[in-house]
Amino acid sequence: MAHFTNRRGFLVGALGAVALGTLPGVALAASAAQAERLVQGLVGDVNAVIASGASEAAMIAEFERIFARYGDMPYIAAYVMGADGRRASGPQKKAFTAAFQGYAARKYGKQFRKFIGGQIRVEGTQKVKNAYQVATTADLRGQAPFEVTFFVGEKSGRFYNMYVEGVNMLLTERTEIGAMLDRRRGDIDAMIADLRRAG
Amino acid sequence: MRDGIYDPQEPANRRVHAFNKRIYSRLSGGDEPGFIESLPNPVKNGVVNFSDTVALPQTVVNQLLQGRLLRASRNTLRFSVNATLGLAGLIDVASPMGLPQDRSNFGETLYVWGLPEGGYMELPVLGPSTERETVGIFVDFFTDPFAHVLPSPQRYVRYGARLGELAIKRSDYGDALDAVMLGSADSYAQARVIWLEKRRHELGDDSIEGAGFIDPESLDTEGF
Repeated sequence: MAHFTNRRGFLVGALGAVALGTLPGVALAASAAQAERLVQGLVGDVNAVIASGASEAAMIAEFERIFARYGDMPYIAAYVMGADGRRASGPQKKAFTAAFQGYAARKYGKQFRKFIGGQIRVEGTQKVKNAYQVATTADLRGQAPFEVTFFVGEKSGRFYNMYVEGVNMLLTERTEIGAMLDRRRGDIDAMIADLRRAG
Repeated sequence: MRDGIYDPQEPANRRVHAFNKRIYSRLSGGDEPGFIESLPNPVKNGVVNFSDTVALPQTVVNQLLQGRLLRASRNTLRFSVNATLGLAGLIDVASPMGLPQDRSNFGETLYVWGLPEGGYMELPVLGPSTERETVGIFVDFFTDPFAHVLPSPQRYVRYGARLGELAIKRSDYGDALDAVMLGSADSYAQARVIWLEKRRHELGDDSIEGAGFIDPESLDTEGF
């Protein structure tokens, strides 16, 4: 049942976005061009760090700053924590957001080594409901090109998710955080302590 | 079905996963560069290209069964070019000519025919799969057009080439894979979500939860 509503919802959303785009004078928090510029800025900053030839630790610190600057961190943190986020205290939420930011920078930053000499091309932007999907192609040396799609929230104007060859980062990380919590029998503080060392 | 995952055989799958992890870690051989890594690139490319070429007749049959006539004819041309100009498939001359690699299998044919994905499975050695994909692997194994035109020993060359290709890809991309798998709190759950999402994307299946839209304003982010 769910997949029918999903597909229809997707279609209605896409049609709605087209209709909205044709209405004059509709003010949006972020436009397609702004979403695309955000992704271009993000990709440009990442490329500059890689080209700098700094040590891995210095690069990862830079990636964390880039992540925090372009990403909608409260949203990403709340999503990956899932239902467990609802029983977290205020200080736990803050600590989790900070720990997750560092973990993501380490985990994904280590993969960026392979990007040396490569480039990411922005292909185009599509509006789906209240988000922009910025499609890019990553051309790495000695590898077949692959698709990376960035999602930018219309209201936040920030990046909140990405798909690498169809693999959804938010969903993958929610699975991982759930597994880390299970390993600690649901102890949020212990999970956050593990997260500070993981990645 | 949480997060688009249906895994009724999870305990059995987890046992297979533990077995596969032992095999993979033995194959990768620690920090020393393995035998495969020490092979020169032209040799590695030759094996990968040859494996692709001998798999093409099967891809063409499947694309015909899927009603994808344009892709089937492009792959027929790709096979003809690589099997002749590409020295029996060792060199991929077709890709620069605008005929890039485009593989298919019976698992995809079953998807096109509307068969549901079924439960998630982890197969020994072969790794992640679904019930539908596993049926596809069996059918492909017994219906390879190549096996019908070749005498007995030669027809197994294809499987040798495929194993070689898998081992080479594993050695080329193993680092990234190991980082995700070994660094994970639950490598079984990571492999499952990543494989399912990637396969659904290849098939163009956006009907299952998880491939769907994530609303950037739907969550209570208060305090984060």
